[in-house]
Amino acid sequence: MQKELITDASLVSNYIQGNEQALEILITRHKQRIYSFIYSKVYDKDIAEDIFQDTFIKVIRTLKRGSYNEEGKFLPWVMRISHNLVIDHFRKSNRMPKFSNSGEFSIFSVLSDSALDAEKTIIKDQVERDVRRVMNELPEDQKEVLVMRMYNDMSFKEISEKTGVSINTALGRMRYALINMRKIIDKHNIILTN
Amino acid sequence: MAKLYSKNLKSEQINMSPKNETIDFLLSYSKSLSVLEYNKLKFETVLN
Repeated sequence: MQKELITDASLVSNYIQGNEQALEILITRHKQRIYSFIYSKVYDKDIAEDIFQDTFIKVIRTLKRGSYNEEGKFLPWVMRISHNLVIDHFRKSNRMPKFSNSGEFSIFSVLSDSALDAEKTIIKDQVERDVRRVMNELPEDQKEVLVMRMYNDMSFKEISEKTGVSINTALGRMRYALINMRKIIDKHNIILTN
Repeated sequence: MAKLYSKNLKSEQINMSPKNETIDFLLSYSKSLSVLEYNKLKFETVLN
């Protein structure tokens, strides 16, 4: 009962002067109204909790910095802060829409994580190593064309210019390189699939 | 008697208070925060 007798204004000034208990009384006095107001806008207990907390962090900082000018309107001021924070919350969530898996449609049936998992990464590395080993078995001229085409992404025209042979020869070397690689793979029963 | 189709919100709003942990956090935050003034500049420090 006695707590109710002290006005918000005097509690605020007590708090500014260093009385931490005044804040406790202020929060206890108004928490229900402020929290209900926030909840009525966001309809989520956790978000309401977050916004409530942010509201009072702002209140505490403003009061401690001495930037609050008392006009006997503590509660409307706090409500205004929480209102602005609610608006900020909706602005943020509009920018980053949340999808919840309710009902029959699941967003994760459309979206998938294209990054390879640990096992697939190891297999991929293994396959790439095997391919390089097979390539090393090829004659030098075929290997050269294959590397330029597949790893350096050069056109056959560029390859022919660089190696000093005609485009047809370069194409032929590429063809033989692939045929020879297939032969080696078959011969050694190498599996090159992920 | 006419049926009421609107949801009764009152029953849901009985316990509309923030958690005690939130209040405790705010009170400890308040205790740990101090503002230092120097040449019209204000510095906030949070002491744990």
